[in-house]
Amino acid sequence: MSFLRTRLPQIARSVSLVGRQAPYVARNYSSMTYSGPSVTDTPPTSLHSFTEEELMLKDTVARFAREVVQPRVRAMDEAEVMDKEIINSMFENGLMGLETEADLGGAECSFTAAILAVEELAKIDPSISALCDIHNTLTNTVIRKWGNKDLKEKYLTRLATDTVGSFCISEAGAGSDAFALQTRAEDKGDHYVLNGGKMWISNSGEADIFVVFANADPSKGYKGITAFIVEKEWGVEIAKKEKKLGIRSSSTCVLNFDDVKVPKENVLGEVGQGYKYAIDSLNEGRIGIAAQMIGAAQGAYEIALPYMFERKQFGKPIGSFQAMQHQFAQVACEIEAAKLMTYNAARLKEEGKPFVMEAAMAKFVAAKVAERATSYAVEWMGGNGFVRETGVEKFYRDAKIGSIYEGTNNMQLETIAKIISTKYK
Amino acid sequence: MLRTAARSFGLATRAMPKRSFTHSAIARNATASLQTFTEEELMLKDVVSKFANDVIKPKVLQMDEAEVMDKSVVQGLFDQGLMGVETEAEYDGSNCSFTSAIIVIEELAKIDPSVSVMCDVQNTLVGTLVRKYGNEDIKKRFLPRLATNTVGSFCLSEAGSGSDAFALQTRAVDNGDHYVLNGSKMWITNSGEADIFLVFANLDPSKGYKGITCFVVEKEMGVEIAKKESKLGIRASSTCVLNFDDIKVPKENVLGEVGKGYKYAIEILNEGRIGIAAQMLGIAQGAYDIALPYLFQRKQFNTHIGDFQGMQHQYAQIAMEIEAARLLTYNAARMKEEGRNFIKEAAMAKLYASQIAEKAASKAIEWCGGVGFTRELGVEKFYRDAKIGAIYEGTSNIQLQTIAKLVSSQYK
Repeated sequence: MSFLRTRLPQIARSVSLVGRQAPYVARNYSSMTYSGPSVTDTPPTSLHSFTEEELMLKDTVARFAREVVQPRVRAMDEAEVMDKEIINSMFENGLMGLETEADLGGAECSFTAAILAVEELAKIDPSISALCDIHNTLTNTVIRKWGNKDLKEKYLTRLATDTVGSFCISEAGAGSDAFALQTRAEDKGDHYVLNGGKMWISNSGEADIFVVFANADPSKGYKGITAFIVEKEWGVEIAKKEKKLGIRSSSTCVLNFDDVKVPKENVLGEVGQGYKYAIDSLNEGRIGIAAQMIGAAQGAYEIALPYMFERKQFGKPIGSFQAMQHQFAQVACEIEAAKLMTYNAARLKEEGKPFVMEAAMAKFVAAKVAERATSYAVEWMGGNGFVRETGVEKFYRDAKIGSIYEGTNNMQLETIAKIISTKYK
Repeated sequence: MLRTAARSFGLATRAMPKRSFTHSAIARNATASLQTFTEEELMLKDVVSKFANDVIKPKVLQMDEAEVMDKSVVQGLFDQGLMGVETEAEYDGSNCSFTSAIIVIEELAKIDPSVSVMCDVQNTLVGTLVRKYGNEDIKKRFLPRLATNTVGSFCLSEAGSGSDAFALQTRAVDNGDHYVLNGSKMWITNSGEADIFLVFANLDPSKGYKGITCFVVEKEMGVEIAKKESKLGIRASSTCVLNFDDIKVPKENVLGEVGKGYKYAIEILNEGRIGIAAQMLGIAQGAYDIALPYLFQRKQFNTHIGDFQGMQHQYAQIAMEIEAARLLTYNAARMKEEGRNFIKEAAMAKLYASQIAEKAASKAIEWCGGVGFTRELGVEKFYRDAKIGAIYEGTSNIQLQTIAKLVSSQYK
């Protein structure tokens, strides 16, 4: 209530500045976003507005996806292998260092630009989108935020120009309970020795740079977790490549570290702060996954809708039957809602505002919407939706990962509930 | 094994010689719950469950990856008497009830929905069509083969006629002592393994759908497999495009009456959808049966993940929905057996069971986390297999249409 009393005069001021004549109506702002509304002289545009740079990137990526990726999507999915040429092409097009500073070889774009790139790629291939997303929003970001000058110079340029990166936190016994990780880092004077195993590691089949979370002091519990930058040639072993339901061409592997020597200089940030970096990275990384999910939803939708107006039964296009109309209208609503949540979370982050709850909500909703939209898209196309030839069933398979990785649906709900309840305790 | 058992259990107590399809001659218990089964039905359930676990289960993943049904599995279905469940003993069938067939389909689907659909089509579409509408000659010639060693296929859909089935274009021309068939069918299940095809073709397009006639066509008469589809799910079940190029079909091979094919198709699909409902039920249960034990093996935050309240409420909800789907399915089957009108209930069973199958499999993957997403565990397969339930044997929209029509007729 006190929040409302201090805010009211300012709100009244901003209302009158914009020249509105309507009487001011008191609202209960505590039911809106956690961080509450902020006051400004310049009201925001809709979330469908972007900077010129952002739009330019969106168009570039959309064209890249259509021209370079699309012809190879099915082949990559059936073979469960990502084309090296496509990955090289992504580097050449500047898609692998989206937020990295220009003087380090990056594109120095906004976070929203990165989100748009991930979305556009996912409209064509959620596997390629996953590679780009994890490389940018997890690997690049964690180094950009916590690396000292040396590490940034040493690795960000490589990551922006020619080397795929991987983010290694999960283990067989540490999924949702990430901090139960067992990979051990022993201080050996001028280097650390890493021992252990990681599981579910995306990009690991193609990566040469690995950000690995290991515990340098188990007596401190999770406060011993430290982030290390590990190069493949130091002994990172791919023990197993998983066979998956979806995002098949995205490599997901089990990694082994057997007495891997990591120089002291390769500690990312501070020893024992790794858990913080992990939470922080995943909080923003999930906006990336939300973007991937809305891309998948739209990709399926864009295949099914034209079909519904080509396919005739009972003398008319199936898209003109009322029930069908209501279904695709409903799905369009849901995709729009998920999109707005995703873009808004991205803008909140850029503004420096608290966005953890909104990011969790965006990922949760986007993953659900993606599953629903892709499921409907298969049904709308009937038998043709069920065959791999038309490409729509792939989105259905790919969408399922959204409710699992970078924090399961249950974990998102946990996060959201925790933040909401702080207001009531 | 089943046939001898069936003979010893069933025949002794029933009035012979004319055995009614709906078993209306049998005394029924009007106060029993749907969890009540005859000894024969329960025995069949056990037999199939054992067969599915011992013979099919070890081959499921490889058949799915290869997109081919193992010949020994098909042979096993015949050997166990599962390919002529309702067929009378005099035609070498197992002589069991409709609910028995439903139970067989469900039990198979808990292990492999691809094998289940082969058995479902064989029994509830092909076998039943011949039993209901075939004359004695056709029954004698085809029922024993279908029950003991020949896979059958039901050929109605075409590229231009899916939901609008009666817009079919395959043509049959009367050539004196035989018919000549020309045209093409699409989405035909079992066609890769079948030798007997029930083909719906139009003998008299001037009469519209009232020219549609059902023909029993043997593969050697010239049925050509033009293309095998690469699918999302039920990959080991062959789904093909068939071509008929001047195929000669003897006059004796008309099933039932000329021009009544459309009626047979509607009627058979009305009951066939209870079979699909059973397959969907098996899928939901199969996925659930993999995920639940995992919830009590997997620990995170020092707790079995199945003990977190959020999880508990989720699996309780799914258990409830599977139970509801089961009751809809079994009830529709019993209504049919009683001789009641069951069309609305059959449509509801299929619609609901297919929705729950997708939902349960989706949740089962989530409960198993990363492991659920791998093909190794086997749960993701149910998610892929479930999707066909909303499409074949009448899309979900068509089920809704059917239900709406029947419901609104009460208010008009």
